[in-house]
Amino acid sequence: MEPVVLKTVQEKINQFANKEVYIHLETTNGAYASHHDESFFSAGAYIRNALVNYELGKITGNGPFRVGLKIQLGWVYAEGITHFEIDDQDRLLLAGHDPQGKLAVALEISLTPFT
Amino acid sequence: MEKERHVLVVFPHPDDEAFGVSGTIASHVKNGTPVTYACLTLGEMGRNMGNPLFTNRENLPEIRKKELKDAVSALGIQDLRMLGFRDKTIEFEDEKKLADLIYSLIEEVNPSLIITFYPGYSVHPDHDATGAAVVRAVSQIPAEKRPKLNCVAFSKGCVEELGEADIVNDISPVNDIKLAAIQAHRSQTQQMFKDMSEKLKNQDPQILAWLNSERFWTFKFQAPLN
Repeated sequence: MEPVVLKTVQEKINQFANKEVYIHLETTNGAYASHHDESFFSAGAYIRNALVNYELGKITGNGPFRVGLKIQLGWVYAEGITHFEIDDQDRLLLAGHDPQGKLAVALEISLTPFT
Repeated sequence: MEKERHVLVVFPHPDDEAFGVSGTIASHVKNGTPVTYACLTLGEMGRNMGNPLFTNRENLPEIRKKELKDAVSALGIQDLRMLGFRDKTIEFEDEKKLADLIYSLIEEVNPSLIITFYPGYSVHPDHDATGAAVVRAVSQIPAEKRPKLNCVAFSKGCVEELGEADIVNDISPVNDIKLAAIQAHRSQTQQMFKDMSEKLKNQDPQILAWLNSERFWTFKFQAPLN
């Protein structure tokens, strides 16, 4: 992955617009967060292979970035995106890493289901 | 360490076998005991991507699969079963199906000892759910025919509630193998290993104690109520 290049990511988001795409979205503090620090309130969310069709998608902010996809009756949204990759399967992988490289958030878009 | 007929190890994540139990596994292998390691997931949800980043969410499972195989070969385990579940989802699986799967594995390899996590005392929901499934599977076996069930526990307060571990293995003769197993899980342990090798060099007593002894609780099945 490499640091977000706004123009490249926005172009890729545009390419997927108005198509059936599979979404992976997750955010997590890690399973041990509350074990290491009892005062820490741990939360996370995960959805894999949600099939959506968005009419509009945007990446915004000054970094870390925010990405929002407007789907027919609602939204898909991720905050804290720092890195991107368009992989060999032509999927857009977006991720937010903390300074140690720990994954804090991921939003991925693909024309084929994630395995 | 008692000589076993066959040891079955059941954990949810690649690297679960490395930290608290790999010395025990290596000792059994050295003893000529066959060991089967059933690893439920590929640790797909690992968060450590390194700085600089070495992978992404989609490629991590392949890396961890390779590391798992490396660790297993370092330990001399000849029978690795990758059960194909997904990291962080074990507690949401059908409990009976999961227990039945483990039961069929027990029937197949006929272990005299099973090693897993102590349900309720192992911090990660996957750990607790895996331990619970193993307990459920073993409890289907008549009490007099059950293999021994040794559990790893490390939650805060586990000693207060369970008492001291009743099995403490000195694994110092194979601690180099244990270190190799930990090191095999590079994506997860590289940073930690750096800190550790310095302490090892200085013969830090805490790290030596951690390295050389492995503790287990024999699972206590509830006696039937009638």
